[in-house]
Amino acid sequence: MPETYHLRVNGAPREVTLEGDTPLLYALRNDLELSAAKFGCGLAQCGACTVIVGGVAVRSCRTEVRAVENRDITTLEGIGTDAKPHPLQTAFIAEQAMQCGYCINGMIMSAKALLDKNPKPTDAQIREALAGNLCRCGSHNRIVRAILRASKEMAT
Amino acid sequence: MSSMALTRREFGGALGGLVIAFGMAPRTGLGAESAPRLPGMLAANPRLDAWLRIDPVGTVTIFTGRVELGQGATTALAQIAAEELDITMTRVRMIPVDTNRSPNEGVTAGSNSIEAGGAALRSAAAEARAILIQHASQRLGVPADQLSADDGDIFAKSGPQRTSYWELAADMPFARDATNSAPAKPAKDHRLVGRPAQRLDIPDKVMGRPIFIQDMRLPGMVHGRIVRPPSYGAELVRLDEASVRKLPGVIAVARDGRFLGVVAEREEQAIAARTALMKAATWRVPAGLPEAATVHDYLKARPDIDTKTVNEKTASVQPAAKTLTATYRKPYLAHASIGPSCGAAGLIDDILTVWSHTQGPYPLRADIAKATSIAPEKVRVIHAQGAGCYGHNGADDAALDAALLSLSANGRLVKVQWMRDDEFGWEPFGSAMTMAASAGLSADGAIVDWQYDVWSCTHNMRPGNRQGVNLLASWHLAKPFSNATPAELGLPAGGGDRNAVPTYDFPNQKIVDHFIPDMPLRVSALRTLGGFGNVFALESFMDELAEAAGADPVAFRLRHLKDERGRAVLQAAAEKAGWKPSEKSDGVRGRGVAFSRYETTKTYVALIADVVVDRATGAVRVERVTAAADAGQTINPDGLRNQIEGGIIQGTSWTLKEQVKFDKERILSRDWVGYPILTFAEVPAVDVVLIDHPELPSLGAGEASQGPISAAIANAVRHATGARLRELPFTPERVKAAIARG
Repeated sequence: MPETYHLRVNGAPREVTLEGDTPLLYALRNDLELSAAKFGCGLAQCGACTVIVGGVAVRSCRTEVRAVENRDITTLEGIGTDAKPHPLQTAFIAEQAMQCGYCINGMIMSAKALLDKNPKPTDAQIREALAGNLCRCGSHNRIVRAILRASKEMAT
Repeated sequence: MSSMALTRREFGGALGGLVIAFGMAPRTGLGAESAPRLPGMLAANPRLDAWLRIDPVGTVTIFTGRVELGQGATTALAQIAAEELDITMTRVRMIPVDTNRSPNEGVTAGSNSIEAGGAALRSAAAEARAILIQHASQRLGVPADQLSADDGDIFAKSGPQRTSYWELAADMPFARDATNSAPAKPAKDHRLVGRPAQRLDIPDKVMGRPIFIQDMRLPGMVHGRIVRPPSYGAELVRLDEASVRKLPGVIAVARDGRFLGVVAEREEQAIAARTALMKAATWRVPAGLPEAATVHDYLKARPDIDTKTVNEKTASVQPAAKTLTATYRKPYLAHASIGPSCGAAGLIDDILTVWSHTQGPYPLRADIAKATSIAPEKVRVIHAQGAGCYGHNGADDAALDAALLSLSANGRLVKVQWMRDDEFGWEPFGSAMTMAASAGLSADGAIVDWQYDVWSCTHNMRPGNRQGVNLLASWHLAKPFSNATPAELGLPAGGGDRNAVPTYDFPNQKIVDHFIPDMPLRVSALRTLGGFGNVFALESFMDELAEAAGADPVAFRLRHLKDERGRAVLQAAAEKAGWKPSEKSDGVRGRGVAFSRYETTKTYVALIADVVVDRATGAVRVERVTAAADAGQTINPDGLRNQIEGGIIQGTSWTLKEQVKFDKERILSRDWVGYPILTFAEVPAVDVVLIDHPELPSLGAGEASQGPISAAIANAVRHATGARLRELPFTPERVKAAIARG
């Protein structure tokens, strides 16, 4: 039976009424109209659905809503605004770090979780942190450059 | 994306009043005959107001028939239009293709958006500017040659008279046919073209705003999922759908022959209903597929192969002192888009309205009309961006799925997204291919004779054929449609024979295309079509011949290449990479070169790959790729660079890791574990040198680097280890075995 769950999304309290085993991805995209996180595989293999829960990058396609009740959930929509974009967002624009951009939500969110823990990662550490994020267009090197740029930007 | 925010009522209303009337039906044929001078698809869509409109609020709206696939075409086209109209980029509004109002430019494919689509738009925009100046001249009483235009303001060069594009909008100046009479701006005056422009779509994507079709939310929209048969030929024996109808949120269970689907209020309910319907279905699965291990031989032995000599050249020269032969193979490859295919559809005021990330909204409309028995004028297709497609993937099929599910649910708006296993199991693959090459070397090491044979299934089963319906679900209906009869595309673009004709100058050559009409696995257009297989074979074989001739691979290519632009990219790549002739390898590290001119008429690319081979495991790591490219006049240098880089990385993935797996019954690679692609740690560094020719026409570039990368890697592995790899992909097992053979 559907139940009401209390979530904290991008700093605000939100409620959703659904089956508790519903993947967080659909609660975000459909109930809360936060569609930055994407369905890519539903198998936690590609990373397109990545959001941050309690500081950790998680795959929202395999995370049940009932497991994240009252946890802090951050989505791409929550990390910056038009007036004050997150340095990662500015850097991805500066480096034109995508082609189609379907994977980019996952790239930025995985990068944010990394930079929050390790503000000055090396090229290799970035590639390691993004090991589970797939990009099909071949924008990998631009994505790494964008993350390095954001890291520098955040240090100043 | 404004169209997504519209309610159903607003939607109909907005479309009625928004655009000045113009010819909706393209005049294919007629237009082409009556106005052969018009470039690109301007001939088939000659009305200027089909291409652009001045808005009184100070913007210019551009209707292009080209769709955004993440390749950046929309931005480059906006640059071209803004350049010719002398306006800033911020004034340009690019409208996604809509069969109700956009020019019909067919399919956005073949790296043609800038080469052909850009030429059409440039001509239309240049003429539009000339017409506006003419109108201003009449209005102001100032001769046209005494007027200047700057960002929409038109003013007398000497005198106070002025007006603007925006004031002239009310004259409806573009309600007329194009004549291609206004000269385009000379390259030396370009302010936007040739300079890096930031992609128009990227800010929305980094901010996470809804821009993809998968993000569409329309009032009353519900969710659909499809249950496909377990294999191409599976028969439905039994289905207990009653239990599924009772599941929470289920609105409809569609069943028509072996086309099965569900519609539910919520997305997760549709997915749960799909799972339940899969369990409720019993199928008979025939062993209808060929043996995977011997599929190349199986394909070559098909009856009805259409064998044609597509290019032949003879000259009397010195006889061959040495003859080499080699056979190369390419497996079936998947498009493997990151975002599974998606479609949305509903009946809006009796019009079947379909949103799709198709590459060809008009051809798709034609096939949906046939498959649903609805008149084409009652079907409307609107483009919305999807994930990168790299050719004909499931996009069109998902659009028909959405249409069929909507019709099964009384025309409600239904959005369907394929699950990951739908995508890998049902997308049309890039065909497996066999390439056999044979060549004679003269005593002084020149190629005197070149024989080349290629065997391939079709590379084009796109919708929009005169006969048949090329949409998946239509074949599964109780009264099934048939696909169109496969046909070879023909050179110079070619299909299986794309890039089979070398750009080199050989005195004798014979190129034979063996077209296989049979399709044991579903196939269609994948980025480069046959070009990837052919350039792999051709450029690997060039290295084999260079070695047999005792020549340096770069020097050997230059010896056989007269084309100055081809020579220039080879020399530029060699210089940038610090290529040293006859450099010795340490047995582990190696470098290889490859060159091609895409489709033999488009962008020139030369690549040098540096690899490291683990001799114990056979693992190949591509460390760096140096590229030189000449795409004629560059519109957006950063966009071009991005395409060349992306093609190299995707091509490296194809070369090292990818092949569709199947057994006698079904497709086995159904997720990212079964079909692995290159990951961050495996991606090579890429260095791109662009050779700009502002004085020459732009050349298609979107697929240009993909072919040569395979051969550059093969040649580098040979250089590193002495092992010659002739079958893709270069898995560690194959490399290890090749090293052991020596």
